[in-house]
Amino acid sequence: MNTIQQMILSWGMLGKAVAFVLLAPLVGGLLSGIDRRLSARFQGRYGPPVLQPFYDVFKLFEKERIIVNKFQDFNILLFLVFTIFSGVLFFIGADLLLMIFSLALAGTFFVLGGFCVGSPYNHLGAEREIIQMAAYEPMVILTAIGMYQVTGSFKVAVIAQSQTPLILYLPGVFAGFLFILTIKLRKSPFDLSMSHHAHQEIVRGLTTEFSGPTLALIEIAHWYETVLVLGIVYLFFGFNVWLALLVTLATFIFEIFIDMNYARFRWQLTFGSSWLFTAVAGVSNIIVLGLVK
Amino acid sequence: MNALIFLILFPLFISLLALLLPKDMPGRKIIGTFANIVLCAVPIYLLFATLEQGPAYFRLESDVINIGMLVIEVLIAAWVIYYSVRSKRYLTVLLMAVQLITMVGFEFSAGHSIQVEHSLFMDKFSIIMALIIGIIGSAICLYGFGYMPEYHNHHPEVKDRRKFFAFLMYLFLSAMFGIIFSNNIMWLYFFWEITTICSFVLIGYRDDKASRDSAFRALNMNLIGGVVFSFGIVYLFISSGTMELDKLLRVDRGLALLPAVCFAFAGLAKSAQFPFSSWLTGAMVAPTPVSALLHSSTMVKAGVYLILRVAPVMENTVAAKMLTLIGGVSFIVTALIAISQSNAKRVLAYSTISNLGLIVACAGVNTEAAIWSALLLIIFHAVAKSLLFLCVGIIEYKLGSRDIEDMDFLIMRLPKLTAVMMIGMAGMFLAPFGMIISKFITLKAFVNSNPAMAIILAYGSAATVFFWTKWMGKIMSIRHGEAEVMEHKVSNWEWTTLGILAVATVAVCLAFPLMSFYVIDPYLREMFNRVPVVDTFNVLIIFIIMLGLLIILPLGLLYYAFINKDYKRVGTYLGGGNIDNITFEGAMASTQPIQLRNYYLQKYFGEERLSNIGIFVSLTLIFIMFGVAAI
Repeated sequence: MNTIQQMILSWGMLGKAVAFVLLAPLVGGLLSGIDRRLSARFQGRYGPPVLQPFYDVFKLFEKERIIVNKFQDFNILLFLVFTIFSGVLFFIGADLLLMIFSLALAGTFFVLGGFCVGSPYNHLGAEREIIQMAAYEPMVILTAIGMYQVTGSFKVAVIAQSQTPLILYLPGVFAGFLFILTIKLRKSPFDLSMSHHAHQEIVRGLTTEFSGPTLALIEIAHWYETVLVLGIVYLFFGFNVWLALLVTLATFIFEIFIDMNYARFRWQLTFGSSWLFTAVAGVSNIIVLGLVK
Repeated sequence: MNALIFLILFPLFISLLALLLPKDMPGRKIIGTFANIVLCAVPIYLLFATLEQGPAYFRLESDVINIGMLVIEVLIAAWVIYYSVRSKRYLTVLLMAVQLITMVGFEFSAGHSIQVEHSLFMDKFSIIMALIIGIIGSAICLYGFGYMPEYHNHHPEVKDRRKFFAFLMYLFLSAMFGIIFSNNIMWLYFFWEITTICSFVLIGYRDDKASRDSAFRALNMNLIGGVVFSFGIVYLFISSGTMELDKLLRVDRGLALLPAVCFAFAGLAKSAQFPFSSWLTGAMVAPTPVSALLHSSTMVKAGVYLILRVAPVMENTVAAKMLTLIGGVSFIVTALIAISQSNAKRVLAYSTISNLGLIVACAGVNTEAAIWSALLLIIFHAVAKSLLFLCVGIIEYKLGSRDIEDMDFLIMRLPKLTAVMMIGMAGMFLAPFGMIISKFITLKAFVNSNPAMAIILAYGSAATVFFWTKWMGKIMSIRHGEAEVMEHKVSNWEWTTLGILAVATVAVCLAFPLMSFYVIDPYLREMFNRVPVVDTFNVLIIFIIMLGLLIILPLGLLYYAFINKDYKRVGTYLGGGNIDNITFEGAMASTQPIQLRNYYLQKYFGEERLSNIGIFVSLTLIFIMFGVAAI
């Protein structure tokens, strides 16, 4: 009990938490800028400056607050708070499963924000967001299970410091995770509820009725989320820091590549293919590991 | 021991009182309230009085009682047979007759040689169950005081048998206390049958065709369980001469396995696992207090109670693996079916079966961590589910529908009730609340022993999130303009109950480390000689989330609701064709109202297709379970 209290009070953990809260949006925003620049290049455009997402968000904060009802902003605030909280859990090395459940809570608030407005476009976006959540949830949990099977712990701290190359034991789980990463990063072909790129649709699903500062919060929450899910990619290669960082970046670029090359799927295909791919890649990997161990 | 006997006999006394006192007697409800307070208080007293003690066994001279029970059993059986012959339900007649002949024959041929040392007992598990039955059961009865008059106003065609109804409800509670305190398996069986018959009569309360069908289905399925139960008793006595629950665990595995499997089978039927799931979904025709009672604190919990009691006998056998899988199949298939349901009560029913499936699976795994989470699941589920049922019961009369699609803008029409309902729903699937904590622990328990179950859990929780979130979104969407608030028509009896249960949903989450330390850990130490190590850091994080929500949510809601901000208000976006906020200009200048509907994905998660799969798979598993136990 005492050791745990010391651990919590120790500056290390607090420092990490603060560092995440401050740095993650910078990294996330920068990644988003790179994303836009790179996407533009893929499409033969020049693209905005890398810092454009920050300019956008600052501008959004200066805009007038326009709302449909009183409570819609509150849900988004909770979404942001719990996304940050999940990220903090991850980066201080807490329990991976707990982080997943906390992230699901954040996602639920986002969906409820969409429902609460009572607008048809938002409603549809929210319904689709639920479908997306249901599509990726099994694979996220299986990722945690796979990592537990290899390292014997659900603690991010232990998994990150493990010298075992996780990727060698969990190739299927990694493939499955890459698949649902596309959903998490809101990339085509799985950007059903709202596209990552604002220019791709006239009415942007779940965020239709959100504007100004609230939209900025959604954007910032997405930056945190991006850093968080890329952190999970890092864990697969945690045995070598440089390799891990390289692969994480490569994964991100790969996702942009996928984004550029696909049109949006229908929700049936999104849902079905996610569960199927989870079953084929993830479940088989887990079962094989269970039999071997 | 007196407390145990009191808990069994007191509800019986109240039920007789309910039957005898005239319906319009002014003090009736006051007596009932008093009885409910006593029913809550005694289990709490029991908890604190025995906090430091281990299990206690009590001897009770039982010849007279045994004969009395036999007479009652025969009388009930005779009534059931008479009634089913009259309704031309010959399967019921057959099942009841087989059961009667088995038990009476057994009593006459071997009854005198049965040596029962301890008829009653009590350990931490019984106390947990007693608390659930006492507190939640009586809360539901309290709700009934307000609900039943309204029920009869809404259904003038139903014959007013309110006295009989109250009699059955309290009789049910009495029988439940009997089940959890009986160490003598014959007694357990007796109380078990009483709950079966009570549920039969309660489900058929409306006395129309639909409810009679449902009632007979419930009866048949539970009688199948009962018949197998009685075979198990006879086999157990003939092979080992034992008739006590605690001794069953010490009997040689080869002899005890088959009876244990029989008892577990009866438990599966009672807790509506596949292939028996249809009786519970059919039971929805009954008045709401009945469904709440069946689903949360009594009937189905009796099933998992018995399974958890006999699970140690099956430890590490193939039969236990089959039990785990049956639970797993019930868990995932019903969670998927729930996605396709728009009838609120059916969604709740499927979610109940799903959660019970998880408990059964935990019993099959039977490690200290699994049992630990099973007990937490029982507690959390009982509280949150009873709350949800009672909410839906009220909504049904206020809106005139129990369909989720009719619950648009519920937060505007019944704001307080919706808030309570949100607490219940959050309790069922959101992060810091009970069910998800238990799932979190269950997942950890499964990972080590059975990765296949962990996978089922991963998919199942995705389905759970799906159907709860879309329902939650439905009730909290807000429309422009005013909606009629209908809340003033809800009686104080109902409000009191909802208040108690809503507070309890939050309180059990906050108190779970305490419950674990004082009640569940001692029980596990008794069973396994060790307790699962809980990561204090994780508990701390759960608390941070919980406290965060408890502080942020009310403050935030107050801030957003009551502090007027001069934000610009606009209507919703309707493709640019707004007429006002709820209608838009359609083709050929027509006026179209907007309508918001949820996805139900019938094509993928249709009830019929998935239930058939579930029934087929689980039947196979059950046959394997009996097969391996018999050889």
